[in-house]
Amino acid sequence: MLRFLLRRALWFAVTLWVVVTVSFFLMRGVRGGPFDGERALNPAIERNIAARYHLDWPLWKQYLQYVGPLNLDEHGPRFLGGDGSELLTGITTGDFGPSFKYRDFSVNDVIGQSLPISVSLGFIALAWALLLGLSSGIASALWRGSRTDVTLRLAATAGIALPNFTVAGFLVIGFVFLVPLLPVAGYGTWRHLVLPGFALGAPFAAYISRLTRTGMLEVLSHDYIRTAHAKGLPPRIVLLRHAIKGGLLPVISYLGPATAGILTGSLVIERIFAIPGTGSHFVNSALNRDYTLAMGVTILYTVLVYGLNTLVDLAYTLLDPRIELEQS
Amino acid sequence: MADERGWSLGLGGGDLERLLAEAAQHKGESLWQDAWRRLRRNRTAWWSLVFLAVFTAVAFLAPLLPLPSPVTLDLQLEPQPPVAPWTELGRHGFERDYWELSWIDERLVDARVALFGDWQTGPWLGTDAKGRDILARIVWGSRTSILVALAAALCSLAIGVTYGALAGYLGGAIDNVMMRIVDILYSIPFIFVVIFLITIVNEYRAELEDTYGIDRETIFYLVIGAIYWLTMARVVRGQVLSLRHAEFIDAARVLGASTRRIVFVHLVPNVLSIVIVYLTLTIPAVMLFEAFLSFLGLGIEPPKVSWGLLAVDGSEMVNPVRLYWWLVLFPAGAMGATLLALNLVGDGLRDALDPKLRGKD
Repeated sequence: MLRFLLRRALWFAVTLWVVVTVSFFLMRGVRGGPFDGERALNPAIERNIAARYHLDWPLWKQYLQYVGPLNLDEHGPRFLGGDGSELLTGITTGDFGPSFKYRDFSVNDVIGQSLPISVSLGFIALAWALLLGLSSGIASALWRGSRTDVTLRLAATAGIALPNFTVAGFLVIGFVFLVPLLPVAGYGTWRHLVLPGFALGAPFAAYISRLTRTGMLEVLSHDYIRTAHAKGLPPRIVLLRHAIKGGLLPVISYLGPATAGILTGSLVIERIFAIPGTGSHFVNSALNRDYTLAMGVTILYTVLVYGLNTLVDLAYTLLDPRIELEQS
Repeated sequence: MADERGWSLGLGGGDLERLLAEAAQHKGESLWQDAWRRLRRNRTAWWSLVFLAVFTAVAFLAPLLPLPSPVTLDLQLEPQPPVAPWTELGRHGFERDYWELSWIDERLVDARVALFGDWQTGPWLGTDAKGRDILARIVWGSRTSILVALAAALCSLAIGVTYGALAGYLGGAIDNVMMRIVDILYSIPFIFVVIFLITIVNEYRAELEDTYGIDRETIFYLVIGAIYWLTMARVVRGQVLSLRHAEFIDAARVLGASTRRIVFVHLVPNVLSIVIVYLTLTIPAVMLFEAFLSFLGLGIEPPKVSWGLLAVDGSEMVNPVRLYWWLVLFPAGAMGATLLALNLVGDGLRDALDPKLRGKD
């Protein structure tokens, strides 16, 4: 277990380094900078801005400064609040620098404000996807071939087949305009998160339902299930105590990609429902060449995806003793 | 020889010959024949396949159909609701107004003009906010969407199968390194890379077109394809790992076949079934991804049209004042039906190709 975690940590460091390096140089390599505007700036002002953000340095030095941990700047203000005299700086110290577009905010501020919103939205979406997906999948497997099964499978396939903003459109038409139950957009109370969570989770609910069905069908055909039935256990116990554990394995391993997908999907959903989450910064920062914010959000998402995948692998071994961590 | 074998099995010479003759009468059935037969029995999957075939044909022949132009703007005030075909079968006044078409498409439009003159269908599915016919846009959009999906899927197929098969077959340290690379790529939030690559391409599009003759869309396809190979590589590797030590591979190696030959002639055909199944699931994913990029304004660019763009246009028109339901419903319906059919075909293929179910019905 410990070896597994250590190895994961090592690979995590490698991954993160690759992500940081590649995106850093890609972004800086592109034409256009964060301060390009309609009007050309006064050259003196431009020089000042460039000096403040170290844009006048050679690229390798900017990179070292960005990664840290040593502060290469001997004088002048480094980041907001800092006076440049600190010895340590850069992302290795957890400081993602100032945002280039939101002038008075650091990247840490921007993420700190928006992440909780995105996380709660993602959490609602995932919870709802699991609840609906698991129950419909199990029902589908238990009554295989029945009308319930066919209906649920069709619904699940349809759920996969529609883009989430279309689902959102239908939901808004249904629950806001036709039956005015919920607010159309914005953020504030739990009621604002119902529709976005639903729209965000729908494709994943559908996919989980399919996975559960397949997994359960496989498990239900095993000998030990027959044995459990034969020794007279009530069907409910057979299902809940014996079958579910094995049947859920595919779902567990899907949770990693699902979380990544929910993060991605929230880009769209947050925009539709005007939710001030991290997703909106993701696209805008890349388009605006807000170097530090784009990097910060990328790193954040990498960490989230990697961490969740590790958790999923751990959970997997707890549920299925046949799998050894060393191999995975 | 026959006697000797027969003796060792405890059979008389006559018995053995009879058995052999009997065996010769049974006609062997290849995996694909069996799968085809079972697929045809699966009514849902079969009809989905037929539906897809018709749809693809319609998409390809779009210039030949008497549809209004998908781009001509008519800046009336409101989108027009659909009319039933029997109340307004068609109108005159077709104008040859498209984006830049390929040579074949131009000839198809010629044929259309020769066949139908300036007659065109009425607004059977309504018009959008700029007066463009929804039906025409859905049909023309299907071309783009199908093309994106196929190109990206094939791209992912080529990379994923080669990579996965090599990793699985070579095994050991090479496999380890290759799969670690896949793991690393998996943990990168790809959407960011894509958004980024596409913004870069937008910056350099003029140069790219002038110097290399690559247009933005080609890059768009390649970028999407380059993402979707990861899962394919994993799936193929897993399959190849389990086949690696099969007798027929050992036999090929003993006979002196090269690695390349073993991988592409012996291993790849054996994992093809699972690859096809996965492919039918990749295509919907790519179509959805195209929609997603269109939503962010990074996808196909107007005046060209894709289903993603249509769905975006529709969802932008959702407002409490007036419900333009046809703008949301029809594009979503076309997309949903196609993706549903693809998924059903994928499921059917998986069942049909499942070796555990082989020969059973």
